[in-house]
Amino acid sequence: MKTVTKQSAEAIRSSAIKHVLHAVIYLFAGGIAITTVIPFAIMLISSTHDTYDIVAQINILPGNQFVRNIQRLTQFANIKQGMLNSLFIAIVTTFVQIYFTAMAGYAFSKFNFKGKNFLFGVVLVAMMLPGQISIIGSYKQIQDMNLMDSFIPLIIPSIADCFAVFFYKQFLDGSLPNEMIEAAIADGAKEITIFHKIALPMIAPALVTEGVMNFIGSWNSYLKPLIYLTSKEKMTLPLMIASVRDASHADFGAQYVGMVISVIPLVVLFVFSSRMIMNNISIGSAIKG
Amino acid sequence: MSLKKRAKYAYFFLLPFFAIFLVFSVYPIFYSLFISFSKMDPLSGNLSFVGLENYLRLFTSDFFYKSIFNTLIIWIMSIIPQLTIAFILALIMQNKWFRGRSILRNVYYFPNLVTSVTIGLLFGSMFSYPGGAINNVMSALGVDKVDFQNNQMLARVVIAIAICWKNFGFNIIFFTAGLNTVPKEVYEAAEVDGANEWHKITKITLPLIRPILIYVFITSIIGGLQMFDESKLVFTHVPGDATTTMIKYLYDSSFVRLQFGYGAAASYGIFIIITIFSVFAFYVSKDRSDEYGRKRKRKGSKI
Repeated sequence: MKTVTKQSAEAIRSSAIKHVLHAVIYLFAGGIAITTVIPFAIMLISSTHDTYDIVAQINILPGNQFVRNIQRLTQFANIKQGMLNSLFIAIVTTFVQIYFTAMAGYAFSKFNFKGKNFLFGVVLVAMMLPGQISIIGSYKQIQDMNLMDSFIPLIIPSIADCFAVFFYKQFLDGSLPNEMIEAAIADGAKEITIFHKIALPMIAPALVTEGVMNFIGSWNSYLKPLIYLTSKEKMTLPLMIASVRDASHADFGAQYVGMVISVIPLVVLFVFSSRMIMNNISIGSAIKG
Repeated sequence: MSLKKRAKYAYFFLLPFFAIFLVFSVYPIFYSLFISFSKMDPLSGNLSFVGLENYLRLFTSDFFYKSIFNTLIIWIMSIIPQLTIAFILALIMQNKWFRGRSILRNVYYFPNLVTSVTIGLLFGSMFSYPGGAINNVMSALGVDKVDFQNNQMLARVVIAIAICWKNFGFNIIFFTAGLNTVPKEVYEAAEVDGANEWHKITKITLPLIRPILIYVFITSIIGGLQMFDESKLVFTHVPGDATTTMIKYLYDSSFVRLQFGYGAAASYGIFIIITIFSVFAFYVSKDRSDEYGRKRKRKGSKI
């Protein structure tokens, strides 16, 4: 057993300072966390009150108006339809995009062909370009092609995701040995079979990660649906939620329920994939760093 | 099978991607350029050539310069707290004694996933006047209610807060990944040499994760100067269009006032401005010291 000596008095003082410092740090980190959560809390609690209570008082406890708010919300917009539209677009976009960008990444990683460096350079440069230079051109082009008010301009152009191609190429470079492909060729496998049966399963983790990110990106996108979709039945969920504000004239109860509905799928997705999402960002950081 | 023979399949694998890339990414860029030299009839979609007229109008338009100013001021108000908080929290969560790291990281990050429409409406209603949640709390505390939407600067601050709230968690993860690349041995060696925490951060961490800091800085310029959703959604009417960002101006010109030629010129104007700022930021943050940390001498002078 140790007794308190002159030497350890010093140690106790420095450990006391340390404890105080740690407490301050926890307080800071916790305070930021609470600040981060507050808007969600306001959103959830407000969604269960009627508009009068939301405007007139501070609500700390949940109320009992949630169902009635939903009923009013559905009068303003066909939320179910919006959800189905968003879901359809996001799922189709994700799969189509994963498949064709992985194909291109595979070509860059496992083949030697003329113009490879040039084409890959183009992909890298295009990654840097801000998307807005092409907005007007795209709009006019979609108009010229008679594709307005359809899901096609939201789905097909998303295949041209240069970051995904780059991402899959890096992943394939590191994970799929050339010997495996050579062995498969020696066994007489077709090229497309090699891609399907060897390359795709090998990069499954990368596909899932990118897929989740793409799904979220598509689910959340606002500007493109806003300019391409004109009829009410085709609107995506974000468009509908935004339209509720204009249609409802300060019916905050209905608006808050709309927000909650738009966040729920993201919460569900996040619970299952938070680790993947974090890893994806970290990989991005490692590539750029 | 020879490699040469195999190479032809590469084009087959590349074809779908590049076909769509050319049609839907490359072509619209040049088409925009073409439209920017024309006047487009909003109903028929017919284009008539007007030369540099759109650009002349753009670069003499006070509204365009105002939108640049708005974008910059909102961006600065959101980027400084956002990166500072993110960096401090990333450093804090690196400590071995720190508990609750993963749950906190998830909490910090989650707003990044939320639909921008929801963020816009949420902050719009929270800061609405007179009956928003923030105003209710303020009046309970005995402070006068504030009309955020009708005050140019406060409206910008609210949008900056919304953007900051959305993005700081993303930057934490980015910074954390960067901090993890610094080898532990470097810190251990510094401790042996008697370095304190402050020295470790300023002399080891910062210089070593510099590339990531530069990357985050530059991407946040490119991303931040393109902000649109929050600008359009948080408040519907702000006096003097004080929260109209460059892209919002582009959107209003084209899709509200239906001047597509002018909008296309604006998109190229914005592209030029973003490029200038990115290059400037890159130049400013470029490492001008050699690998021993000494400031590089001017050309011609002896070291």
